[in-house]
Amino acid sequence: MKKLSLIALAVALLLLAGCAKKSDTIKIGVAGAHSGDLASYGIPSVHAAELVVEMFNAKGGVAGKNIELVVEDDQCKPEIATNTASKLVGEEVAAVIGHICSGATKAALGIYKDSGIVTISPSATNPPLTQSGDYPNFFRTIAPDDAQAKLAVEFTMNNLKLSKLAILHDKGDYGKGFAELCKEAAEAAGAEIVLFEGINPGAPDYSAVVNKIGNSGATGVIWGGYHPEASKLVQQMKDKGMDIPFVSDDGVKDDTFIEVAGSYAEGVYATGPIDTTSNPMAVKAIEDHKAKYGEEPGAFFLNAYAATVAMLNAIDKAGKTDYDALTKALRSEWVETPLGKISFDERGDAIGIGFSVYQVQNGKYVVVNE
Amino acid sequence: MDYFIKLLLSGTAKGSIYALIALGYTMVYGIIKLINFAHGEIYMIGAFTALLVGGALQAAGMNPVFILLISTFCAVFLASAYGITMEKIAYKPLRAAPRLSVLISAIGMSMFLQNFVLLAQTEKYLSFPSFLPEFEFLKPIRGYINSTQFIILIVTTIVMILLTLLIKFTLIGKAMRATSQDREMAQLVGININNVITVTFIIGSATAAIGGILICSYMGQINYYIGFIAGIKAFVAAVLGGIGSIPGAVLGSFVLGWTESLGTGYISSDYEDSFAFIILILILTVKPSGILGRKENQKV
Repeated sequence: MKKLSLIALAVALLLLAGCAKKSDTIKIGVAGAHSGDLASYGIPSVHAAELVVEMFNAKGGVAGKNIELVVEDDQCKPEIATNTASKLVGEEVAAVIGHICSGATKAALGIYKDSGIVTISPSATNPPLTQSGDYPNFFRTIAPDDAQAKLAVEFTMNNLKLSKLAILHDKGDYGKGFAELCKEAAEAAGAEIVLFEGINPGAPDYSAVVNKIGNSGATGVIWGGYHPEASKLVQQMKDKGMDIPFVSDDGVKDDTFIEVAGSYAEGVYATGPIDTTSNPMAVKAIEDHKAKYGEEPGAFFLNAYAATVAMLNAIDKAGKTDYDALTKALRSEWVETPLGKISFDERGDAIGIGFSVYQVQNGKYVVVNE
Repeated sequence: MDYFIKLLLSGTAKGSIYALIALGYTMVYGIIKLINFAHGEIYMIGAFTALLVGGALQAAGMNPVFILLISTFCAVFLASAYGITMEKIAYKPLRAAPRLSVLISAIGMSMFLQNFVLLAQTEKYLSFPSFLPEFEFLKPIRGYINSTQFIILIVTTIVMILLTLLIKFTLIGKAMRATSQDREMAQLVGININNVITVTFIIGSATAAIGGILICSYMGQINYYIGFIAGIKAFVAAVLGGIGSIPGAVLGSFVLGWTESLGTGYISSDYEDSFAFIILILILTVKPSGILGRKENQKV
């Protein structure tokens, strides 16, 4: 008899455990670089998602359910991103915030598309992600590179009055994409492209290519890529006594660039998302971040915050998490975010989001194109 | 012509960067026939140590010459400690094992050390302060070669000469050569090969640490991954020059540096790596043991 009651108890416990596991939550994946070289781009998104989810859960969740985050690392590497995506699909997430880098995002998107999972990236700016029409499940809270490249070229040609340009890139999806768009825009505007080349990311020395820039007679350099190479390039250019303007993208518009390049960073131009840090919702988000994590938020924090808010809002408005309802809600609903009031167009690009040009002045990025 | 000289000099500077790492590679290979894939990580650890020590001393406001000396000493010391430990843990137990097993062990060690530094330090890129002096006399020609490049070139030459002298003319050098030729016979004539291998790893690690400080001062940045990329190129350079040969490692590095630099300058940097490997294939087809490599006698 005693044995039987023990067994009954065990069964009851098992059932309970089973129930607890099947609790009523909506799972949202957060994917991006959380370790590796580019972790400084991915970690802020995790923080943003955590803060937004905390806020929504405190108010009773969305569509009557609490939100649960599933955080997965892709190190910004396409080959790892496919695993990350499969893992999230296995976890049965309803939607994904991410990925961070364009290359990794592209690799993961096919898997999400097949499983009917909607994603919003805070930072993947590669234009074909939306413009090709291949990924109807993809949305982003950042303007695509072509908008950025156009602005970078306009600024270089009109404000800096440069017309002989050297364009370099890191051969990656993001950097090369940006560089090619710049080349197109600059040629269309009548500039002379005297050098267009890819360099090996991670190499210790770029002096040969720096010599080549000098030899080409370029009056300005446009760089498509991330900050580690940018800081080596500006350092080696200045060490050789070359003092021509260096214009780059939002892969460089990161405070890590200024920390690493130090005094060499002074005067470098970079395009980056419009500064909305004075938006009341942004102010609150940044305060919350400081309170919870004890530091200033990093790159793409507000974009990720907006992405999470937009996603949760869409789930709430749709009342369910199925693919059609969710994409429809994302495209039709306007939502208040730290980036302003946004919605998404047919292709998945956010309406109401753009770029500014910044320059490093006294160790800080300052808006210069207003 | 001016452009050509600039490219040649930047190739020389680049070559001496590779050479500083390649020297350690070739040294270890020469003595115990082990391709120490974790060599690049020792270089990275040396540079990290210098950054931590040098950063602390700079904050304390010390004289720059002392900072350079003390941080170099600490870096060399710690890198050697890592080198010895690595050999004891990952290579010594496998000394009788087939060479492939040791190679896998070396790759494992390389990954372990990368991730160890990633977790123990940071995943971020850090700024690496220049501990090196600026030479006034190089200012007018800095478009050709700057102070840091010049120092790297000089140090590479000195290290190469010292290592060659050490192997040719000292007692330990003789023991090293004996160990390299026939390990068992060396033991029979009374050479303690464990000591010889330990010394080899200390020297290899010390050169890597010095390389780490100089190269990171040149790049102005550091992270846990720098050893891997630099290590691969240095390995190619060592093979090109004839792995196991000290002057070969330096010559191979220069050939690699010049090829990359001239290829970048006159064709395109898009194909920089392709040039490097085309040269490698060309040279190895003509001379399979590398430019200065000696043909290995088949042991029956």
